[in-house]
Amino acid sequence: MDFQLSEKEEVFRDEVRAFLDENLPEGALRTPELMASWTRRIREKRWVGFSWPEEVGGGGGSIMQQVILKDEMARRKAPALGSCFMGLAWVGPSIIQYGTEEQKQKYIPDILDGKYHWCTGYSEPDSGSDLASLKCRCEREGDEYVVNGQKIWTSIAMWSEMIILLVRTQSKVDVKHDGITCLLVRMDTPGIEVRPIKNMSGGAIFAEVFFDNVRVPVENRLGEEGQGWQVTISALASERSSIAEVHGLIRKIEEVKDLAQRTKRGGRKMSDDPGIRRRIAQADTKIEAMRLNGMRFLTKQLRGEPLGSETSINKLHRADLEVGLGELALEILGSAGSLMSGEEPTVDGGAWAKYSLNWPEVVIGGGTPNIQKNIIAERILGLPKD
Amino acid sequence: MNFGFSEEQDLLRAEVRKFLDQNAPLTRVREDVCSESGFDSALWARMAELGWVGLCVPEEHGGVGLDLETLLVVLEETGRSLFPSPLISTVLAAKAIERFGTSNQHARWLPALADGSRVGTFAFLERSDSLAPEGIETFAKPDGDEWVLSGEKLFVTDVGSANSFVVAVRTGADPEAISLVVVDGSDKGVSVERFDGMDLTKRGGRLSLRDVRVSIDCVLGETNGGWPAAEWLLDLGAALVTAEAVGAAEAALEMTTKFAKERIQFDEPIGKFQGVKHPLAEIYVDVESFRSLVYYAVWALDQDAPDARIAVSRAKAYCSDAFPAAGIMGVQLHGGVGYTWEYDIQLYLKRSKWVRPTFGDADYHYERIASLGGL
Ligand SMILES: Cc1cc2nc3c(=O)[nH]c(=O)nc-3n(C[C@H](O)[C@H](O)[C@H](O)COP(=O)(O)OP(=O)(O)OC[C@H]3O[C@@H](n4cnc5c(N)ncnc54)[C@H](O)[C@@H]3O)c2cc1C
Repeated sequence: MDFQLSEKEEVFRDEVRAFLDENLPEGALRTPELMASWTRRIREKRWVGFSWPEEVGGGGGSIMQQVILKDEMARRKAPALGSCFMGLAWVGPSIIQYGTEEQKQKYIPDILDGKYHWCTGYSEPDSGSDLASLKCRCEREGDEYVVNGQKIWTSIAMWSEMIILLVRTQSKVDVKHDGITCLLVRMDTPGIEVRPIKNMSGGAIFAEVFFDNVRVPVENRLGEEGQGWQVTISALASERSSIAEVHGLIRKIEEVKDLAQRTKRGGRKMSDDPGIRRRIAQADTKIEAMRLNGMRFLTKQLRGEPLGSETSINKLHRADLEVGLGELALEILGSAGSLMSGEEPTVDGGAWAKYSLNWPEVVIGGGTPNIQKNIIAERILGLPKD
Repeated sequence: MNFGFSEEQDLLRAEVRKFLDQNAPLTRVREDVCSESGFDSALWARMAELGWVGLCVPEEHGGVGLDLETLLVVLEETGRSLFPSPLISTVLAAKAIERFGTSNQHARWLPALADGSRVGTFAFLERSDSLAPEGIETFAKPDGDEWVLSGEKLFVTDVGSANSFVVAVRTGADPEAISLVVVDGSDKGVSVERFDGMDLTKRGGRLSLRDVRVSIDCVLGETNGGWPAAEWLLDLGAALVTAEAVGAAEAALEMTTKFAKERIQFDEPIGKFQGVKHPLAEIYVDVESFRSLVYYAVWALDQDAPDARIAVSRAKAYCSDAFPAAGIMGVQLHGGVGYTWEYDIQLYLKRSKWVRPTFGDADYHYERIASLGGL
């Protein structure tokens, strides 16, 4: 075992550090103007899409360089690299792997520049965990596809210019995963209607999306007809490193510790309460386990071994922690815990109450804990499918 | 960056596994634990010949001179097969002497501990059952160039087979005035009594010291300066016990998974039911997680890294909760046969009960994590 960086990697790390020192202002000094120039510079540096091949405008960074970059950025609490979250996370990688030359030229630069948002139209009212059962109908008419059906839980649909859409082009198939096709669709195409859904926090960040005879040019198909499932799976697999998430959790637990130290009940600091101390230590331990699990996965990748379903381990830990840290914070705060806004006795403007309602995005979105456990049981332990 | 093992370490693992599969299947282990010593001394001698007992002892003293990380590979395997032997205890005694002793002391004790002819152990706990220095009442009084030791050590692993005891004794009134002394089993006034524990593969008991006279050159390191050394040994012990627990918990998971694939109820293998497969997935998550934690902890001990202590506590805390839970679930998922003496899953449950308090339970280590983490 060896946790040191190689000489070349150290050179890269120092380059990143120097760049950050020079270009990234500290927290309070991050004015919109300065941040706009920061955004320009990281784009010029090719740190947006750093893992993508150079010929499409990415940075061609090695796996280890990506880790170093993310690590250093998180240490400095730098904002995310690029603003088109879904474009960078899976739409772009799918297009790079399955797209035509024209599609690459048309979409990739915009994703890197964050020109507009993409949203993801996978889930349907009757197809959530069982995504492959999706029904959104799609028939070919000449040079066009005609789409009819509904998507749901589509995050940021109302602010997106494009949607990556899974539709059914063939309904009579032996295996339900066949007959699914992936389309890239403009959200202003006639026949698309977006209806925002209010979530339990009171905001609306996801929506229902309805398709009524929506005509999509055939050239907007990503991959072959019937290949949609593979396109999706490989894209989801492309963003597996959990380094960034671990840094977020480390920051969060430091905030929880701080909260415990400045909150008193009955004259006693909550950080002296044995129950609270133990739960903080347990969360700390789980986060460290996640970090180290991630390093073991990374080692596998560096050795050229395929990463399999073991990444579900960290998804389960993360789900646990996102719920657990919110609960812990509210328990530390006691009666004030559930206050959503205002001054005293509300703490931190109600940020903790809001945080404690955010977990579904991580816990339900992208495969629930039950589904992760099925994946481990079936694909790793070899137990029969249910 | 490499958080994995070398080719040599992988080969060593394969070799140890083969050796144990051939020579110490659970049928043999069940017989060996009923013997007087509680382990197969011929097998112990062969392991010593293969260099596994003295793996971490420097070469000039008859060992192989490898790091703890390599020992970890051996321990995962001895844990898998619940192999009964005084390996961890002997390593602890040898490490205490190597790290805190003089070159004369190295030459005097290390060769015999490396070749397995002597069994060592670390005697720390007492009636207080406390891992803090205040818990130590066994004391040593100087008398010329001798020390006179009196007191009682409890829960001393391998007390019956050991002949070199590294004993933590009180040598002053200050709470941390602790010293480490090497006591020979044949010294006058030394007696041992074996306890009847549930895990027959881990034997412990009482070490009584009644006016035991040892020469001053049996003291390891500075008089009164032994507390940091004792603490380091407790950390090392916690890490090594957890390393064995990784192997044991993994074996319990494999055994139960195999059972779940074969046992048919309601016309299906029970492993098809989520009430069975999800707990197994949870055990897998836990084992992989405390595996990562202990790998790092052992590496940190090897490197004397500044975060070694918190790293050890994280590994042992996680393991102390998760391994016993896995043992209980393993028995439960076996149904009635899980409760029988005949089935092996119960042996792993018992190991987990031994592991839990040894070198600190979850309560102890989580509290330590909280304070080391600034709370
Ligand atoms: C905040 C948020 C954002 C999202 N954003 C998007 C998005 O942008 N695009 C998109 O396409 N989707 C999105 N989703 C949808 C998300 O992927 C689905 O909600 C998720 O896959 C679960 O599907 P479902 O809601 O239909 O629940 P269901 O699949 O109906 O599940 C209900 C419950 O049943 C359990 N369950 C289901 N099947 C099994 C089984 N085989 N074994 C055991 N238990 C089972 C589940 O664990 C769950 O607890 C988002 C969801 C959330 C919460």
